[in-house]
Amino acid sequence: MPNQHLIEARGVTKVYQTKDGAVESLKPLDFSIREGEFISVVGPSGCGKSTLLKMVAGLLPVTAGTLELAGKPISGPQRDVGIVFQSSVLLAWRTVLDNILLQAEIRRMPKAEALAKARQLMSMAGLAGFEGKYPWQLSGGMQQRASICRALLHNPSVLLMDEPFGALDAMTRETMNLELQRIWSESKKTVLLITHSIPEAIFLSDRVMVMSERPGSIAAIYDIDLLRPRTLDMMGSPAFAVFAKKVRAHFYSQGTLDH
Amino acid sequence: MLRRLLLLPALRPFLLIILLLVLWDLAIRIFKIPAYLIPRPEQVVQQLFAEWPRLLTESWKTTQATLGGFALTILIGIPLAMVIAYSKLVESYVYPLLVFSQSIPKVAIAPLFVVWFGFGIFPKIISAFLLGFFPVVVSTVMGFKSVEPDMIDLARSMGASRLQTFFKFSLPQALPAIFSGLKVSITLAVVGAVVGEFVGSNSGIGYVLQVANGNFDLPLMFAALVVLSTIGVLLFVAIDLIERLMIPWHASQRQVF
Repeated sequence: MPNQHLIEARGVTKVYQTKDGAVESLKPLDFSIREGEFISVVGPSGCGKSTLLKMVAGLLPVTAGTLELAGKPISGPQRDVGIVFQSSVLLAWRTVLDNILLQAEIRRMPKAEALAKARQLMSMAGLAGFEGKYPWQLSGGMQQRASICRALLHNPSVLLMDEPFGALDAMTRETMNLELQRIWSESKKTVLLITHSIPEAIFLSDRVMVMSERPGSIAAIYDIDLLRPRTLDMMGSPAFAVFAKKVRAHFYSQGTLDH
Repeated sequence: MLRRLLLLPALRPFLLIILLLVLWDLAIRIFKIPAYLIPRPEQVVQQLFAEWPRLLTESWKTTQATLGGFALTILIGIPLAMVIAYSKLVESYVYPLLVFSQSIPKVAIAPLFVVWFGFGIFPKIISAFLLGFFPVVVSTVMGFKSVEPDMIDLARSMGASRLQTFFKFSLPQALPAIFSGLKVSITLAVVGAVVGEFVGSNSGIGYVLQVANGNFDLPLMFAALVVLSTIGVLLFVAIDLIERLMIPWHASQRQVF
């Protein structure tokens, strides 16, 4: 059933225990993500964006509240989730293809099936012909594409991305945004993207979730109703600028720049 | 053609050695250094050939002690380092003690090993082990600690077991650091074996050195040193070769591709 809520957070908080006592990282969060939706989270550094992603991934336990994936509480690493990290985290001793197949190896997927899927993903990501190369022989953008392939190999319904293009140069980043839009529209995954870039968030997302400074809380959620497929030219359109201004206003509201 | 041959990278250290030998010989001639202070290179070479069978047998004994100590280094040093890297508790107990133990001069306690373990090969192995194992522990700890947290998260997200995480992610990532420790360790292990042979032995290159020293047989002493250095170099090259085979992907080896 489309538009069903795939991820549901109710009163989700995170408190870290440190030497100086408890530090509240996230205030109670309530949000839900529909199946097939592309949602971005933008916020200042240290607002708990990555913590939120790790909790959805099941890599960090929630302190309080309930966080559910497909109706079941998330209580550990999920089978139905693929993660793309800020750095590509490709293993230097494996070829690109073997890096992607690592997902299948650990999850004990049937070999032939995994190989076919890997090749299909690689051609979709424009990596055909690079199967036998090592990660360091690839550009930064290609490395990150390979890590996206790895995250999609076991055909998860949710793709979690933690500032995946933060380390790329501006030009490559725009190309990657286009690529990601294409991959998303072809694969119909539910995507949760953490980013620092307001244009990137607006360009890619159905909805943009704006978070406030630490302890993080949801400041606003905007529906981005720009037509798809979106082109880079649209970044200069008035509609795009209105969204960008709205989102940006949150970050300057406490400062001297009053919008 | 000859010029190209002379400039071969593999030949360069040998060219330097020849140059140093010439300088050595010239210095003795020019400054008239008496033979009881420094022997002439040709005397050393003569002695090297004359004593060759003996030097070969003795160097095999030293090599055995070295390899024994090195094996202990791998068997004890690497697992110990892994425990230190993974457990803060163990690290806080053991690491300071290890550093402390490194400040103890091995030459001073080597005679004790003879008292404890007799005159066989065992005290030499222990001596080689004690000298060689610290660099391996230090670099292995560093290797395992420098595995990126994201990589561990990646492994966990895939549902990898602890063993899978170790063998497929952490260990390969730590291998370059482990090897750099092993390369330092093997040359120190040679020194350790000789220290062991110095204090209680009737065999090995260390013993030859002792005897040559006692007889003022400087050419033999220098010949023994040449043999000893050669052992060190050959063992180092062997480790280097294994490293190339095991981690061809590492940045330091990439010209191989």
